[in-house]
Amino acid sequence: MRPFQYLRPDGLDHAGQQLIDGARPIAGGTNLLDLMKLEVETPDQLVDLNQLPLGGIDETDAGGLRIGALVSNSACAADPRIRRDYPVLARAILAGATFQLRNMATTGGNLCQRTRCYYFYNIDQPCNKREPGSGCGAIGGENRIHAILGASDACIATYPGDMAVALAALDATVQTETLKGGTRTVPVREFHRLPGDTPEKDNVLEDGEVIIGVVLPPPVSGKQLYRKVRDRSSYAFALVSIAAIVRMEGEAIGSASLAFGGLAHKPWHDPRIDALLAGQLPSDALFDQAADLLLEGAEGQGSNDFKIPLARRTLLAVLREATGGAA
Amino acid sequence: MSLTINGQSYEFDGDPRTSLLDYLRDGCGLTGTKKGCDHGQCGACTVLVNGQRVNSCLTLAIMQDGHAVTTIEGIGTLEAMDPLQAAFVKHDGYQCGYCTPGQICSAKAMMAEAENGWASFVTDDLEGEVVLTDEEIRERMSGNLCRCGAYSNIIDAIKEAMTQQQEAR
Repeated sequence: MRPFQYLRPDGLDHAGQQLIDGARPIAGGTNLLDLMKLEVETPDQLVDLNQLPLGGIDETDAGGLRIGALVSNSACAADPRIRRDYPVLARAILAGATFQLRNMATTGGNLCQRTRCYYFYNIDQPCNKREPGSGCGAIGGENRIHAILGASDACIATYPGDMAVALAALDATVQTETLKGGTRTVPVREFHRLPGDTPEKDNVLEDGEVIIGVVLPPPVSGKQLYRKVRDRSSYAFALVSIAAIVRMEGEAIGSASLAFGGLAHKPWHDPRIDALLAGQLPSDALFDQAADLLLEGAEGQGSNDFKIPLARRTLLAVLREATGGAA
Repeated sequence: MSLTINGQSYEFDGDPRTSLLDYLRDGCGLTGTKKGCDHGQCGACTVLVNGQRVNSCLTLAIMQDGHAVTTIEGIGTLEAMDPLQAAFVKHDGYQCGYCTPGQICSAKAMMAEAENGWASFVTDDLEGEVVLTDEEIRERMSGNLCRCGAYSNIIDAIKEAMTQQQEAR
């Protein structure tokens, strides 16, 4: 690990000022310290946010919940209100990592976790995300875990997390404190970016901007599911995952909100799918149309071609279960 | 910066790069905690921080200001073994023993998590009472690898310790 200066800010403003070019914030540290050991991340300063008052899960005036940025993944998944009213979020968190890691990992940090692309992790390999302009080793290389949607010529990495996929289905909002001292809110669906020609930027956070919390909208009725398909049954990243919130109205689908993990550089949400399903009677023909929309621009890279049929089958299984049919 | 390890006070003023794991082993001589992968994948370095199990390789010593750390040395001794340790011996819950301190710290925390009603990925009812079935134990212990593959005996040992704990009430 390269040497760094360890800093503890006195407050949020101070943290923003310390987060200058070359500095990185640390909370749980489970991803950042791993990357620092590999010298994928080489910050000059480490700004420890853990003393800042960013904990707690509180009810909002709107009837939802606000999760502080430093709330651990374990505490979030164990919260009785989240288990009762937002089970898709609890399920998604519990589908990721291990108890040890979730005890350390935080809500804000989890949103900012970085891709598990093999080339990003290996500093002897080219990677435009790690070293802009060096090329992409995954294109034409090992790309089993890579994106089938929204990739670019510069980067085909995926966002690896589970929690953010559930937050995208719930249409939650990220709250930040900007360097200028104001609060900014960004929908989770717009927080992560597609790689384009600047894959070094995972999300829309600006320099000195700190995540302070995540706001959940008021609870909605309906069935909430998180299905994760992975190479082993525990402690593995998603090849394909789906967060689904589906409300039935009699025999028909009243409303649906779906988000997808493992497919792109961000949790994938396609509003056309939600619109297609609303008001329709559930059937495999309808679910296939939803999959057609999802996979309209899908492009395999060789080793990850299997994700295209896998995403379709997973979507069908989730929609059958969510609408009351056999899974 | 001061912290408590197994009830004793320690002062840390070393290199900020020092992981909690390296500090425990090299700084405090508490070599019961093991370094396996050093990347949070194997769980050999599992210790309790403020009662919760964590990978000590993925946190810095300097970040533990005011925290209470418990290592395997604080869980039991040769003369006064924790019921989990005794059960691991009885059931051969190891072969080489390298992962065992992490397994025991992890299992200790798992039992507390279950009592607090924390669900896992395989729990059917998120709001129901947690029953630590074999399937639940496997899922909850998936952050602790055993290269020798003593898993079935590890589960037997954990179940015996849980039964003893319940009978002691």
